Amino acid sequence: MVKKITIDIFRGQEGKGGLKSYDLELDEGMVLLDCVHRVQYEQEPELSNRWNCKAGKCGSCSAEINGKPRLMCMTRISDLLKETPKGTNITVRPMQTFPHVKDLVTDVSWNYEMAKAVAPIKGPEEMDWNFSQFEAKRAQEFRMCIECFICQDTCHVLREYRKFDEFGGPRTMVMLANFEMHPMDQEDRIPEVKNEFGIAYCNITKCCTDVCPAGINITDNAIIPLKERVADRYYDPLKMVWRKITGKKLRT
Amino acid sequence: MVDYKNYEYDVIIIGAGGAGLRAAIEAARQGARTAIICKSLLGKAHTVMAEGGAAAALANADSRDNWQSHFKDTMKGGKYLNNWQMAEIHAKESPDRIRELEQWGAVFDRTPSGLINQRNFGGHTYPRLAHVGDSTGLEIIRTLQEKGIHSGLDIFMEYTVRHLLQDDEGNCTGCVAYDRVDGVLHAYSAKTTILATGGITRCWSVCSGSWEYTGDGHALALWAGAELIDMEFVQFHPTGMVWPPSVRGILVTEGVRGEGGVLKNSEGVRFMFDNVPDMFKGDHAETEEESTEWVRQVVAGEIASVRRPPELLTRDVVAKAINKEVAEGRGSTHGGAYLDIASQRSAEEIKAKLPSMYHQFKELAGVDITLEPMEVGPTAHYVMGGVRVDPKTQESSVSRLYAAGEVASGLHGANRLGGNSLSDLIVFGQRAGEYAAKAAAEMEQPALDTNQVETACKEIMEPLSREGGENPGIIYEAMRDMMQEKVGIIRSGPGLEEALKDLDEFATRSISANPGNSTVYNSGWHQALDLKNMVDVSRACTLAALTRTESRGGHTRDDYPEPDTGKWSHTINVIWMQDGEVKIRQEELDQPPAELEKLLDRSKTKKQEEE
Repeated sequence: MVKKITIDIFRGQEGKGGLKSYDLELDEGMVLLDCVHRVQYEQEPELSNRWNCKAGKCGSCSAEINGKPRLMCMTRISDLLKETPKGTNITVRPMQTFPHVKDLVTDVSWNYEMAKAVAPIKGPEEMDWNFSQFEAKRAQEFRMCIECFICQDTCHVLREYRKFDEFGGPRTMVMLANFEMHPMDQEDRIPEVKNEFGIAYCNITKCCTDVCPAGINITDNAIIPLKERVADRYYDPLKMVWRKITGKKLRT
Repeated sequence: MVDYKNYEYDVIIIGAGGAGLRAAIEAARQGARTAIICKSLLGKAHTVMAEGGAAAALANADSRDNWQSHFKDTMKGGKYLNNWQMAEIHAKESPDRIRELEQWGAVFDRTPSGLINQRNFGGHTYPRLAHVGDSTGLEIIRTLQEKGIHSGLDIFMEYTVRHLLQDDEGNCTGCVAYDRVDGVLHAYSAKTTILATGGITRCWSVCSGSWEYTGDGHALALWAGAELIDMEFVQFHPTGMVWPPSVRGILVTEGVRGEGGVLKNSEGVRFMFDNVPDMFKGDHAETEEESTEWVRQVVAGEIASVRRPPELLTRDVVAKAINKEVAEGRGSTHGGAYLDIASQRSAEEIKAKLPSMYHQFKELAGVDITLEPMEVGPTAHYVMGGVRVDPKTQESSVSRLYAAGEVASGLHGANRLGGNSLSDLIVFGQRAGEYAAKAAAEMEQPALDTNQVETACKEIMEPLSREGGENPGIIYEAMRDMMQEKVGIIRSGPGLEEALKDLDEFATRSISANPGNSTVYNSGWHQALDLKNMVDVSRACTLAALTRTESRGGHTRDDYPEPDTGKWSHTINVIWMQDGEVKIRQEELDQPPAELEKLLDRSKTKKQEEE
């Protein structure tokens, strides 16, 4: 027997619009992205959505599915049917934190501006850097980030309080942590972590960690250590005394 | 009068995958005013999906490795149809390109002594692939992206280039693009232009490629009068997912086999032992015991003293062997083969070495690969064919137009070795960037030819005013199904001739496809335009496949199942377009000089060519 389903997809431009229901047939093992494609090919060629790899590696197809931000390519319909209350449809909306473009597409360019503001890696000029797998692992966790910006979408500092000018958001913190904890990096980004990227805005509610599709422990492994480094530099009286004695100056 | 914005650059790069980004970084480093135009957001290009690693003879994991060995393996894997100069440059330069990435922030897995670790892969004599678990592509694209955004480039994201501009002498002078987000048209004057658009595998219904893989660069080159070579050679990666249907074709890294994974049929037999072509006889383990010992040595970090498992034969060989098992009724439940790592390695090791495979099967197929085998089968993965380039400068047969990465051709011959693509991108991306920038430094800024620009703009907008006609998605899917059936892994003369006729029909259907009329992020419009490239590159592939009356590497004919020891062993197909028609001719392949020839081991080939 062919199984049928109704999905509500947000249609509209620049924030104006609403959910529209689409009926379609299901195949075994379908993910939500397959359904969006099916609607596109069979009913609505103009339907806008981003996607690339269809395997959770590129972070293009972020959307809010039943109100929860996640990747459409990694969300199976069978799981969604279990969580969707009887008598209601699965809903798909664009990420709410970023300016809306059309249908499921939002303008995520702010994230790219943040990335550009982070000082790049600066290590020794000689080739063949030497460090252990143990050291590599710490940075590698952060390098698993697929830039889906679901953490940014979820973070209430951005989503509710709109602190785009003062706070870099979890993705930027992950990038900063990656460079700061790279075993060969010699750049100092701590003043920027405090000032430009406003790490103090994060009150470690761990919402970002909960939604990360790459499984990065954003709060515990990236944000808290960066907060500690900021605290060490700016607020630790013993360290201040020690720096006075040794004459070692650090940028603030 | 059509409205468009215009720009002037020294070097324009079309595409922001590994090759495009590497080219852009290099061009900017040479002082050129450089722009990248790409179809997706930055960092989402197809490179991100590469898994296993980048091949380079660093000799970190096995001190016996060197460029000569990498050269030999690449030529053998390509069934000696490679451009030997590209194979030589690639083998010599890839180690430094990898080391350079490390300095730009790439964090590769380490050897016990703290250097970049390297893994085994099909067709490579020594462990040669620099890697990060099974997400090496992500690491490479992110590293290049992070370097690129600080290199002073202008980046036009979510733009599609539809037309190359040319002056009266045929020199490439820039391009015309549209912004996918708002439909605004853009014209670029460029002294030199680099194609780095990737491949064409979206032309097949079972493929590992994303929507971007519609052969844009191949088509732009054809339309501009450039020559393509080797278009019949399409790599069907042996291990794509086969179940459930929604994930069919998604890549399962060769790293699974590099880490000891074994292939079995429904009878539990490791069939690769019985599928070793003469060309590779004696290179691989002949018993399960020897295979197991090799895995043990490699896992223990010892230098392997026994031969590698036959699962690590080249991709063309393994794909055809799986195909044969299925055809002869020994396939897995859903028509593939079983790939089993669970019985070879501990759950902990599997999760550490192949984390995204673990995740992918768990989430998408409900299979725990630390406990059960995976079901895998061939998937269209890579096109060896593409724009014919000068091996040193990467310039195409159209002056001032360059190509690098998958859209270019020559390095891989009839079959690409795993790991040689990521290294291809950075080696030849760097060269294209360098030579395009140097050439640009000697040139005047070309004037924009407004007639050409306006014609191109009208062509771009035209689908939006169509009435009636089918949803472009329907034609797109039907064409991909046709290519899968008639120009797939096993081909035949009559099937290929039918495919050519079918493509005529698809061409007719495409020009009336109706995508609606919005210019704002209209997926149907983008697809309606893509159909034109897909028809032309599919035709190039089909015509070349029909002409080559033998089987070799990524081209298999059931009416000519053997490799030809005569003409086709040293002849390539050259394709170009004239007055809107795809044309073909044959050319003798340039052979390596004596000092490189002696590195090769053609003795087995001469006796009886492979497969």
